[in-house]
Amino acid sequence: MSVALQASDISRALIRISHEILEANSDSSQITLLGIPTRGAHLALRIAAIMGEIATHQIPVGMLDITMHRDDLRMRAPRAIMPTSIPPEGVEGRELILVDDVLFSGRTIRAALDAVGEIGRPHTVQLAVLVDRGHRELPIRADFVGKNLPTSISQSVKLHLSELDGIDEVLIEEF
Amino acid sequence: MRHLLSVSDLTKIQAISILDTASELARISEGTVKKLPTLRGRTIVNLFAEDSTRTRISFEAAAKRLSADVINFSAKGSSLSKGESLKDTALTLQAMGADAVVIRHSASGAPQRLADSEWMRGAVINAGDGTHEHPSQALLDAYTIRKHLGKGSSDLNGIRIAIVGDVLHSRVARSNVLLLKLLGANVVLVAPPTLLPVGVESWPVTISYDLDSVIPTVDVVMMLRVQQERMADLYFPNAREYSRYFGLNSERLKSMSAHSIIMHPGPMNRGLEIAAEVADSARSVIVEQVANGVSVRMAILYVLLAGKPLEAGNT
Repeated sequence: MSVALQASDISRALIRISHEILEANSDSSQITLLGIPTRGAHLALRIAAIMGEIATHQIPVGMLDITMHRDDLRMRAPRAIMPTSIPPEGVEGRELILVDDVLFSGRTIRAALDAVGEIGRPHTVQLAVLVDRGHRELPIRADFVGKNLPTSISQSVKLHLSELDGIDEVLIEEF
Repeated sequence: MRHLLSVSDLTKIQAISILDTASELARISEGTVKKLPTLRGRTIVNLFAEDSTRTRISFEAAAKRLSADVINFSAKGSSLSKGESLKDTALTLQAMGADAVVIRHSASGAPQRLADSEWMRGAVINAGDGTHEHPSQALLDAYTIRKHLGKGSSDLNGIRIAIVGDVLHSRVARSNVLLLKLLGANVVLVAPPTLLPVGVESWPVTISYDLDSVIPTVDVVMMLRVQQERMADLYFPNAREYSRYFGLNSERLKSMSAHSIIMHPGPMNRGLEIAAEVADSARSVIVEQVANGVSVRMAILYVLLAGKPLEAGNT
Protein backbone atom coordinates (compact mmCIF):
# COMPACT_ATOMS: atom_id res chain seq x y z
CA MET A 1 0.00 0.00 0.00
CA SER A 2 1.43 3.38 -0.95
CA VAL A 3 0.21 6.96 -0.75
CA ALA A 4 -0.18 8.35 -4.27
CA LEU A 5 -1.61 11.75 -3.34
CA GLN A 6 -1.38 13.58 -0.04
CA ALA A 7 -3.81 16.12 1.39
CA SER A 8 -1.91 19.04 -0.17
CA ASP A 9 -1.84 17.32 -3.60
CA ILE A 10 -5.58 16.75 -3.42
CA SER A 11 -6.39 20.32 -2.49
CA ARG A 12 -4.11 21.69 -5.26
CA ALA A 13 -5.77 19.38 -7.78
CA LEU A 14 -9.25 20.47 -6.74
CA ILE A 15 -8.33 24.16 -7.00
CA ARG A 16 -6.88 23.58 -10.47
CA ILE A 17 -9.96 21.64 -11.59
CA SER A 18 -12.18 24.46 -10.33
CA HIS A 19 -10.24 27.01 -12.38
CA GLU A 20 -10.30 24.77 -15.44
CA ILE A 21 -14.08 24.27 -15.24
CA LEU A 22 -14.60 28.03 -15.05
CA GLU A 23 -12.18 28.57 -17.92
CA ALA A 24 -13.93 26.04 -20.14
CA ASN A 25 -17.41 27.42 -19.42
CA SER A 26 -17.49 31.14 -20.05
CA ASP A 27 -20.92 31.69 -18.46
CA SER A 28 -20.39 30.43 -14.93
CA SER A 29 -24.05 31.06 -14.02
CA GLN A 30 -25.02 28.12 -16.23
CA ILE A 31 -22.83 25.56 -14.44
CA THR A 32 -24.33 22.83 -12.24
CA LEU A 33 -22.23 20.24 -10.42
CA LEU A 34 -23.49 16.74 -9.68
CA GLY A 35 -21.33 14.39 -7.61
CA ILE A 36 -21.66 10.64 -7.71
CA PRO A 37 -22.06 9.26 -4.18
CA THR A 38 -20.34 8.74 -1.91
CA ARG A 39 -16.95 10.35 -2.46
CA GLY A 40 -17.74 12.06 -5.74
CA ALA A 41 -20.56 13.91 -3.96
CA HIS A 42 -18.13 15.23 -1.34
CA LEU A 43 -15.64 16.27 -4.01
CA ALA A 44 -18.44 18.10 -5.86
CA LEU A 45 -19.23 20.06 -2.70
CA ARG A 46 -15.58 21.04 -2.31
CA ILE A 47 -15.20 22.04 -5.96
CA ALA A 48 -18.45 24.04 -5.83
CA ALA A 49 -17.16 25.90 -2.77
CA ILE A 50 -13.87 26.77 -4.48
CA MET A 51 -15.63 27.78 -7.71
CA GLY A 52 -18.10 29.89 -5.71
CA GLU A 53 -15.19 31.88 -4.26
CA ILE A 54 -13.56 32.44 -7.65
CA ALA A 55 -16.78 33.27 -9.51
CA THR A 56 -18.19 35.22 -6.51
CA HIS A 57 -21.57 33.58 -6.81
CA GLN A 58 -22.97 30.26 -5.66
CA ILE A 59 -22.58 27.26 -7.96
CA PRO A 60 -25.56 24.85 -7.76
CA VAL A 61 -24.38 21.45 -6.53
CA GLY A 62 -26.16 18.16 -5.92
CA MET A 63 -25.64 14.43 -6.02
CA LEU A 64 -26.82 11.75 -8.38
CA ASP A 65 -27.11 8.09 -7.50
CA ILE A 66 -26.53 5.82 -10.46
CA THR A 67 -26.96 2.39 -8.86
CA MET A 68 -30.19 1.54 -10.66
CA HIS A 69 -28.55 2.18 -14.03
CA ARG A 70 -25.46 0.02 -13.55
CA ASP A 71 -24.90 -2.76 -16.06
CA ASP A 72 -23.05 -4.94 -13.55
CA LEU A 73 -25.90 -5.29 -11.02
CA ARG A 74 -26.28 -8.96 -11.81
CA MET A 75 -22.62 -9.65 -11.17
CA ARG A 76 -22.64 -8.96 -7.46
CA ALA A 77 -24.88 -8.69 -4.40
CA PRO A 78 -27.41 -5.85 -4.55
CA ARG A 79 -25.91 -2.50 -3.65
CA ALA A 80 -27.57 -0.03 -1.33
CA ILE A 81 -29.20 2.86 -3.15
CA MET A 82 -27.66 6.21 -2.25
CA PRO A 83 -29.48 9.53 -1.98
CA THR A 84 -30.01 11.80 -4.98
CA SER A 85 -30.52 15.55 -4.68
CA ILE A 86 -30.87 17.76 -7.70
CA PRO A 87 -30.45 21.53 -7.18
CA PRO A 88 -33.65 23.57 -7.78
CA GLU A 89 -32.31 24.90 -11.10
CA GLY A 90 -32.47 21.34 -12.46
CA VAL A 91 -30.20 20.24 -15.31
CA GLU A 92 -32.28 21.28 -18.32
CA GLY A 93 -30.14 23.31 -20.72
CA ARG A 94 -27.28 23.73 -18.22
CA GLU A 95 -23.57 23.02 -18.37
CA LEU A 96 -23.56 19.89 -16.20
CA ILE A 97 -20.32 18.78 -14.59
CA LEU A 98 -20.34 15.23 -13.24
CA VAL A 99 -17.83 14.69 -10.45
CA ASP A 100 -16.43 11.31 -9.40
CA ASP A 101 -13.43 10.22 -7.40
CA VAL A 102 -11.70 7.57 -9.53
CA LEU A 103 -12.24 6.99 -13.26
CA PHE A 104 -11.59 3.33 -14.04
CA SER A 105 -13.68 1.18 -16.40
CA GLY A 106 -16.00 4.06 -17.31
CA ARG A 107 -19.08 2.01 -16.46
CA THR A 108 -20.14 4.27 -13.60
CA ILE A 109 -20.05 7.27 -15.92
CA ARG A 110 -22.03 5.41 -18.58
CA ALA A 111 -24.67 4.70 -15.91
CA ALA A 112 -24.52 8.33 -14.81
CA LEU A 113 -25.23 9.52 -18.37
CA ASP A 114 -28.35 7.32 -18.38
CA ALA A 115 -29.38 8.65 -14.97
CA VAL A 116 -28.93 12.24 -16.17
CA GLY A 117 -31.11 11.54 -19.19
CA GLU A 118 -33.91 10.73 -16.82
CA ILE A 119 -33.93 14.10 -15.08
CA GLY A 120 -33.48 16.35 -18.11
CA ARG A 121 -31.40 17.37 -21.10
CA PRO A 122 -28.36 19.44 -20.15
CA HIS A 123 -26.68 21.62 -22.80
CA THR A 124 -23.42 19.77 -22.18
CA VAL A 125 -22.28 17.04 -19.81
CA GLN A 126 -18.64 17.24 -18.72
CA LEU A 127 -16.70 14.97 -16.41
CA ALA A 128 -14.33 15.90 -13.61
CA VAL A 129 -12.43 13.21 -11.72
CA LEU A 130 -9.78 13.40 -9.04
CA VAL A 131 -7.89 10.35 -10.31
CA ASP A 132 -7.82 8.72 -13.73
CA ARG A 133 -6.29 5.29 -13.30
CA GLY A 134 -6.79 4.01 -16.85
CA HIS A 135 -8.11 0.58 -17.94
CA ARG A 136 -11.18 1.97 -19.67
CA GLU A 137 -13.71 -0.57 -20.94
CA LEU A 138 -15.89 2.02 -22.70
CA PRO A 139 -15.22 5.02 -24.96
CA ILE A 140 -15.39 7.53 -22.11
CA ARG A 141 -12.87 10.20 -21.08
CA ALA A 142 -12.68 12.89 -18.44
CA ASP A 143 -12.65 16.61 -19.27
CA PHE A 144 -10.95 17.60 -16.01
CA VAL A 145 -8.48 15.28 -14.30
CA GLY A 146 -6.79 15.88 -10.95
CA LYS A 147 -4.07 13.29 -11.47
CA ASN A 148 -3.36 10.57 -14.02
CA LEU A 149 -2.21 7.53 -12.05
CA PRO A 150 -0.87 4.68 -14.19
CA THR A 151 -1.85 1.50 -12.34
CA SER A 152 -1.86 -2.19 -13.01
CA ILE A 153 -5.22 -3.92 -13.21
CA SER A 154 -4.43 -5.90 -10.06
CA GLN A 155 -4.10 -2.77 -7.97
CA SER A 156 -6.93 -0.86 -6.34
CA VAL A 157 -7.07 2.91 -5.92
CA LYS A 158 -8.78 4.26 -2.79
CA LEU A 159 -9.63 7.85 -1.96
CA HIS A 160 -9.95 8.84 1.69
CA LEU A 161 -11.61 12.15 2.52
CA SER A 162 -11.51 14.00 5.81
CA GLU A 163 -15.35 14.23 5.87
CA LEU A 164 -15.62 10.44 5.95
CA ASP A 165 -12.27 8.96 6.86
CA GLY A 166 -10.60 11.71 8.87
CA ILE A 167 -7.79 12.23 6.34
CA ASP A 168 -7.36 13.36 2.72
CA GLU A 169 -5.28 10.88 0.73
CA VAL A 170 -5.24 8.62 -2.30
CA LEU A 171 -3.87 5.12 -1.73
CA ILE A 172 -2.79 2.44 -4.15
CA GLU A 173 -3.24 -1.06 -2.78
CA GLU A 174 -2.06 -4.41 -4.12
CA PHE A 175 -4.61 -7.20 -3.94
CA MET B 1 -32.12 -12.88 0.88
CA ARG B 2 -33.62 -15.14 -1.76
CA HIS B 3 -37.37 -15.15 -1.04
CA LEU B 4 -39.74 -12.95 0.92
CA LEU B 5 -42.10 -15.35 2.66
CA SER B 6 -42.51 -14.00 6.15
CA VAL B 7 -41.50 -10.96 8.14
CA SER B 8 -39.81 -13.33 10.56
CA ASP B 9 -37.18 -14.05 7.86
CA LEU B 10 -36.06 -10.40 7.98
CA THR B 11 -33.44 -8.92 10.25
CA LYS B 12 -33.87 -5.39 11.48
CA ILE B 13 -31.04 -4.26 9.19
CA GLN B 14 -32.65 -5.88 6.15
CA ALA B 15 -36.03 -4.36 6.95
CA ILE B 16 -34.56 -0.89 7.36
CA SER B 17 -32.57 -1.24 4.16
CA ILE B 18 -35.76 -2.09 2.24
CA LEU B 19 -37.44 1.00 3.71
CA ASP B 20 -34.44 3.20 2.84
CA THR B 21 -34.33 1.82 -0.68
CA ALA B 22 -38.04 2.47 -1.02
CA SER B 23 -37.68 6.09 -0.02
CA GLU B 24 -35.02 6.63 -2.70
CA LEU B 25 -37.23 4.86 -5.23
CA ALA B 26 -40.22 7.00 -4.25
CA ARG B 27 -38.39 9.81 -6.00
CA ILE B 28 -38.73 7.96 -9.30
CA SER B 29 -42.47 7.71 -8.85
CA GLU B 30 -42.59 11.49 -8.44
CA GLY B 31 -40.38 12.21 -11.46
CA THR B 32 -41.43 12.66 -15.06
CA VAL B 33 -39.83 9.45 -16.29
CA LYS B 34 -41.31 6.74 -14.07
CA LYS B 35 -39.04 4.01 -15.31
CA LEU B 36 -35.67 2.50 -14.46
CA PRO B 37 -33.79 -0.08 -16.55
CA THR B 38 -32.71 -2.11 -13.52
CA LEU B 39 -34.68 -5.34 -14.06
CA ARG B 40 -34.70 -5.29 -17.84
CA GLY B 41 -35.00 -8.84 -19.17
CA ARG B 42 -36.32 -10.32 -15.92
CA THR B 43 -39.70 -12.00 -15.89
CA ILE B 44 -41.99 -11.64 -12.90
CA VAL B 45 -45.17 -13.68 -12.65
CA ASN B 46 -48.07 -12.44 -10.57
CA LEU B 47 -49.80 -15.63 -9.49
CA PHE B 48 -53.01 -14.59 -7.79
CA ALA B 49 -55.10 -17.55 -6.69
CA GLU B 50 -57.22 -15.22 -4.58
CA ASP B 51 -58.81 -11.88 -5.42
CA SER B 52 -56.80 -8.72 -5.03
CA THR B 53 -56.85 -5.21 -6.43
CA ARG B 54 -54.22 -3.19 -4.64
CA THR B 55 -51.52 -5.78 -4.13
CA ARG B 56 -51.63 -7.12 -7.67
CA ILE B 57 -51.61 -3.78 -9.45
CA SER B 58 -49.05 -2.49 -6.99
CA PHE B 59 -46.64 -5.35 -7.73
CA GLU B 60 -47.37 -4.96 -11.42
CA ALA B 61 -46.64 -1.23 -11.35
CA ALA B 62 -43.49 -1.81 -9.29
CA ALA B 63 -42.18 -4.45 -11.71
CA LYS B 64 -42.96 -2.30 -14.74
CA ARG B 65 -41.25 0.75 -13.29
CA LEU B 66 -38.12 -1.39 -12.97
CA SER B 67 -38.54 -2.54 -16.61
CA ALA B 68 -39.25 -6.19 -15.78
CA ASP B 69 -41.64 -8.19 -17.93
CA VAL B 70 -44.83 -8.99 -16.04
CA ILE B 71 -47.12 -11.93 -16.59
CA ASN B 72 -50.40 -11.77 -14.73
CA PHE B 73 -52.03 -14.96 -13.81
CA SER B 74 -55.17 -15.13 -11.75
CA ALA B 75 -57.25 -18.09 -10.65
CA LYS B 76 -60.22 -17.01 -12.69
CA GLY B 77 -59.51 -17.53 -16.36
CA SER B 78 -56.57 -19.92 -15.80
CA SER B 79 -56.21 -23.63 -15.29
CA LEU B 80 -56.16 -23.05 -11.53
CA SER B 81 -59.93 -22.89 -11.74
CA LYS B 82 -59.88 -26.28 -13.51
CA GLY B 83 -58.18 -27.72 -10.46
CA GLU B 84 -54.54 -27.65 -11.56
CA SER B 85 -52.24 -28.28 -8.62
CA LEU B 86 -49.75 -25.76 -7.28
CA LYS B 87 -46.97 -28.12 -8.35
CA ASP B 88 -48.05 -28.25 -11.98
CA THR B 89 -48.54 -24.50 -12.04
CA ALA B 90 -45.04 -24.01 -10.64
CA LEU B 91 -43.51 -26.39 -13.18
CA THR B 92 -45.20 -24.38 -15.92
CA LEU B 93 -43.77 -21.15 -14.54
CA GLN B 94 -40.30 -22.69 -14.35
CA ALA B 95 -40.58 -23.84 -17.95
CA MET B 96 -41.46 -20.27 -18.95
CA GLY B 97 -38.36 -18.99 -17.17
CA ALA B 98 -39.93 -16.90 -14.42
CA ASP B 99 -37.28 -15.12 -12.34
CA ALA B 100 -39.75 -14.39 -9.57
CA VAL B 101 -43.26 -15.36 -8.59
CA VAL B 102 -45.45 -13.06 -6.59
CA ILE B 103 -48.00 -15.39 -5.05
CA ARG B 104 -51.30 -14.76 -3.33
CA HIS B 105 -53.05 -17.91 -2.18
CA SER B 106 -55.92 -18.75 0.14
CA ALA B 107 -53.89 -21.57 1.73
CA SER B 108 -51.52 -20.45 4.49
CA GLY B 109 -48.05 -21.72 3.65
CA ALA B 110 -48.51 -21.99 -0.13
CA PRO B 111 -45.59 -19.59 -0.83
CA GLN B 112 -43.39 -21.55 1.59
CA ARG B 113 -44.27 -24.77 -0.22
CA LEU B 114 -43.32 -23.16 -3.52
CA ALA B 115 -40.04 -21.85 -2.14
CA ASP B 116 -39.01 -25.12 -0.49
CA SER B 117 -39.87 -27.26 -3.47
CA GLU B 118 -37.63 -28.16 -6.36
CA TRP B 119 -40.42 -27.14 -8.71
CA MET B 120 -39.04 -23.77 -9.64
CA ARG B 121 -35.84 -21.83 -9.09
CA GLY B 122 -37.04 -18.23 -9.08
CA ALA B 123 -37.59 -16.00 -6.07
CA VAL B 124 -40.90 -16.38 -4.28
CA ILE B 125 -42.61 -13.32 -2.87
CA ASN B 126 -45.52 -13.83 -0.54
CA ALA B 127 -48.33 -11.42 -1.45
CA GLY B 128 -50.66 -12.80 1.19
CA ASP B 129 -51.26 -16.44 2.11
CA GLY B 130 -54.48 -17.41 3.85
CA THR B 131 -54.50 -16.09 7.39
CA HIS B 132 -50.72 -16.36 7.72
CA GLU B 133 -48.72 -13.36 6.47
CA HIS B 134 -48.58 -10.44 4.08
CA PRO B 135 -45.04 -9.11 4.43
CA SER B 136 -45.07 -6.50 1.65
CA GLN B 137 -48.13 -4.87 3.24
CA ALA B 138 -46.36 -4.73 6.61
CA LEU B 139 -43.32 -3.13 4.98
CA LEU B 140 -45.41 -0.47 3.27
CA ASP B 141 -47.26 0.20 6.52
CA ALA B 142 -43.98 0.59 8.38
CA TYR B 143 -42.72 2.86 5.59
CA THR B 144 -45.83 5.04 5.84
CA ILE B 145 -45.56 5.25 9.63
CA ARG B 146 -41.87 6.10 9.47
CA LYS B 147 -42.50 8.79 6.88
CA HIS B 148 -45.14 10.49 9.01
CA LEU B 149 -43.93 9.90 12.55
CA GLY B 150 -40.33 8.71 12.29
CA LYS B 151 -38.83 12.20 12.77
CA GLY B 152 -35.84 11.21 10.63
CA SER B 153 -35.10 8.08 12.63
CA SER B 154 -34.41 4.87 10.73
CA ASP B 155 -36.65 2.67 12.90
CA LEU B 156 -39.97 3.12 14.71
CA ASN B 157 -38.64 3.20 18.24
CA GLY B 158 -41.30 4.17 20.80
CA ILE B 159 -44.14 4.75 18.34
CA ARG B 160 -47.44 3.37 19.66
CA ILE B 161 -49.71 1.62 17.20
CA ALA B 162 -53.20 0.22 17.74
CA ILE B 163 -54.29 -2.55 15.38
CA VAL B 164 -58.06 -2.74 15.58
CA GLY B 165 -60.54 -5.34 14.42
CA ASP B 166 -60.48 -8.76 12.85
CA VAL B 167 -57.03 -9.91 14.00
CA LEU B 168 -58.06 -13.55 13.82
CA HIS B 169 -58.33 -13.66 10.03
CA SER B 170 -55.79 -10.94 9.31
CA ARG B 171 -52.48 -11.82 7.70
CA VAL B 172 -51.82 -8.07 7.63
CA ALA B 173 -52.02 -7.97 11.43
CA ARG B 174 -49.65 -10.93 11.83
CA SER B 175 -47.00 -9.45 9.56
CA ASN B 176 -47.42 -6.00 11.06
CA VAL B 177 -47.07 -7.21 14.65
CA LEU B 178 -43.78 -8.92 13.77
CA LEU B 179 -42.36 -6.06 11.74
CA LEU B 180 -43.44 -3.21 14.01
CA LYS B 181 -41.97 -5.06 16.98
CA LEU B 182 -38.74 -5.67 15.05
CA LEU B 183 -38.52 -1.93 14.38
CA GLY B 184 -39.05 -1.04 18.03
CA ALA B 185 -42.69 0.09 18.02
CA ASN B 186 -45.25 -0.77 20.72
CA VAL B 187 -48.33 -2.52 19.41
CA VAL B 188 -51.71 -2.84 21.09
CA LEU B 189 -54.35 -5.09 19.59
CA VAL B 190 -57.96 -4.06 20.04
CA ALA B 191 -60.63 -6.60 19.11
CA PRO B 192 -63.54 -8.55 20.46
CA PRO B 193 -62.20 -11.72 22.15
CA THR B 194 -63.81 -13.86 19.44
CA LEU B 195 -61.67 -12.18 16.79
CA LEU B 196 -58.33 -12.74 18.53
CA PRO B 197 -56.42 -15.89 17.58
CA VAL B 198 -55.60 -18.68 19.99
CA GLY B 199 -52.17 -18.06 21.53
CA VAL B 200 -52.28 -14.29 21.06
CA GLU B 201 -51.07 -13.88 24.65
CA SER B 202 -47.65 -15.08 23.48
CA TRP B 203 -47.42 -12.33 20.82
CA PRO B 204 -45.22 -9.33 21.66
CA VAL B 205 -48.23 -7.03 22.06
CA THR B 206 -50.65 -5.74 24.66
CA ILE B 207 -54.34 -6.54 24.24
CA SER B 208 -57.35 -4.39 24.92
CA TYR B 209 -61.07 -4.80 24.42
CA ASP B 210 -61.87 -1.13 24.85
CA LEU B 211 -61.21 1.03 21.81
CA ASP B 212 -62.20 4.31 23.48
CA SER B 213 -59.51 4.03 26.16
CA VAL B 214 -56.79 3.11 23.64
CA ILE B 215 -57.40 5.73 20.95
CA PRO B 216 -56.10 8.84 22.80
CA THR B 217 -52.88 7.01 23.78
CA VAL B 218 -51.63 5.92 20.34
CA ASP B 219 -49.86 7.55 17.39
CA VAL B 220 -51.33 5.28 14.74
CA VAL B 221 -54.76 3.68 14.49
CA MET B 222 -54.65 0.84 12.00
CA MET B 223 -58.10 -0.50 11.19
CA LEU B 224 -58.49 -4.02 9.82
CA ARG B 225 -61.13 -5.14 7.40
CA VAL B 226 -63.85 -7.39 8.81
CA GLN B 227 -63.26 -10.40 6.56
CA GLN B 228 -66.80 -11.50 5.93
CA GLU B 229 -65.68 -14.06 3.33
CA ARG B 230 -63.77 -15.95 6.03
CA MET B 231 -66.56 -15.76 8.59
CA ALA B 232 -68.77 -18.80 8.36
CA ASP B 233 -69.28 -18.71 12.12
CA LEU B 234 -70.83 -15.96 14.16
CA TYR B 235 -68.01 -13.89 15.65
CA PHE B 236 -70.09 -10.91 16.75
CA PRO B 237 -73.85 -10.43 17.16
CA ASN B 238 -74.38 -8.04 14.26
CA ALA B 239 -72.64 -5.42 12.16
CA ARG B 240 -74.19 -2.50 14.05
CA GLU B 241 -72.93 -3.71 17.37
CA TYR B 242 -69.43 -4.34 15.97
CA SER B 243 -69.40 -0.91 14.43
CA ARG B 244 -70.46 0.71 17.72
CA TYR B 245 -67.75 -0.99 19.80
CA PHE B 246 -64.90 -1.41 17.35
CA GLY B 247 -65.61 0.94 14.46
CA LEU B 248 -63.67 4.18 13.94
CA ASN B 249 -66.32 6.90 13.78
CA SER B 250 -66.13 10.68 13.92
CA GLU B 251 -66.58 10.71 17.72
CA ARG B 252 -63.49 8.56 18.17
CA LEU B 253 -61.67 10.59 15.50
CA LYS B 254 -62.03 13.64 17.76
CA SER B 255 -60.38 11.90 20.71
CA MET B 256 -57.24 11.00 18.71
CA SER B 257 -54.04 12.83 19.63
CA ALA B 258 -53.01 15.79 17.48
CA HIS B 259 -50.27 14.17 15.37
CA SER B 260 -51.82 10.73 14.98
CA ILE B 261 -52.71 9.05 11.69
CA ILE B 262 -55.32 6.54 10.51
CA MET B 263 -54.39 3.57 8.35
CA HIS B 264 -56.30 0.76 6.67
CA PRO B 265 -54.83 -1.94 4.41
CA GLY B 266 -57.95 -1.91 2.22
CA PRO B 267 -60.39 -2.81 0.91
CA MET B 268 -62.52 -0.92 3.41
CA ASN B 269 -66.01 -1.75 4.55
CA ARG B 270 -67.13 1.83 4.87
CA GLY B 271 -69.69 2.11 7.63
CA LEU B 272 -68.57 -1.12 9.33
CA GLU B 273 -65.02 -0.88 10.72
CA ILE B 274 -64.47 2.69 9.52
CA ALA B 275 -66.93 5.50 8.93
CA ALA B 276 -66.81 7.12 5.50
CA GLU B 277 -66.06 10.58 6.88
CA VAL B 278 -63.14 9.15 8.90
CA ALA B 279 -61.71 7.33 5.90
CA ASP B 280 -61.79 10.59 3.96
CA SER B 281 -60.54 12.78 6.83
CA ALA B 282 -57.26 14.67 6.86
CA ARG B 283 -55.76 12.17 9.34
CA SER B 284 -56.33 9.28 6.99
CA VAL B 285 -53.24 8.14 5.03
CA ILE B 286 -55.09 5.26 3.40
CA VAL B 287 -54.65 6.46 -0.18
CA GLU B 288 -51.02 7.33 0.49
CA GLN B 289 -50.46 3.75 1.69
CA VAL B 290 -51.31 2.59 -1.82
CA ALA B 291 -48.81 4.98 -3.41
CA ASN B 292 -46.13 3.96 -0.91
CA GLY B 293 -46.92 0.34 -1.72
CA VAL B 294 -45.46 0.73 -5.19
CA SER B 295 -42.17 2.16 -3.89
CA VAL B 296 -41.85 -0.51 -1.22
CA ARG B 297 -42.56 -3.30 -3.70
CA MET B 298 -40.00 -1.84 -6.09
CA ALA B 299 -37.51 -2.02 -3.22
CA ILE B 300 -38.45 -5.66 -2.54
CA LEU B 301 -38.03 -6.61 -6.20
CA TYR B 302 -34.74 -4.71 -6.35
CA VAL B 303 -33.33 -6.45 -3.30
CA LEU B 304 -34.42 -9.93 -4.43
CA LEU B 305 -33.74 -9.68 -8.15
CA ALA B 306 -31.15 -7.04 -8.98
CA GLY B 307 -28.18 -8.90 -7.55
CA LYS B 308 -26.30 -11.87 -8.80
CA PRO B 309 -28.62 -14.76 -9.62
CA LEU B 310 -27.88 -17.92 -7.69
CA GLU B 311 -26.43 -20.82 -9.59
CA ALA B 312 -28.81 -23.62 -10.44
CA GLY B 313 -29.22 -26.02 -7.54
CA ASN B 314 -27.59 -23.60 -5.11
CA THR B 315 -30.26 -22.62 -2.60
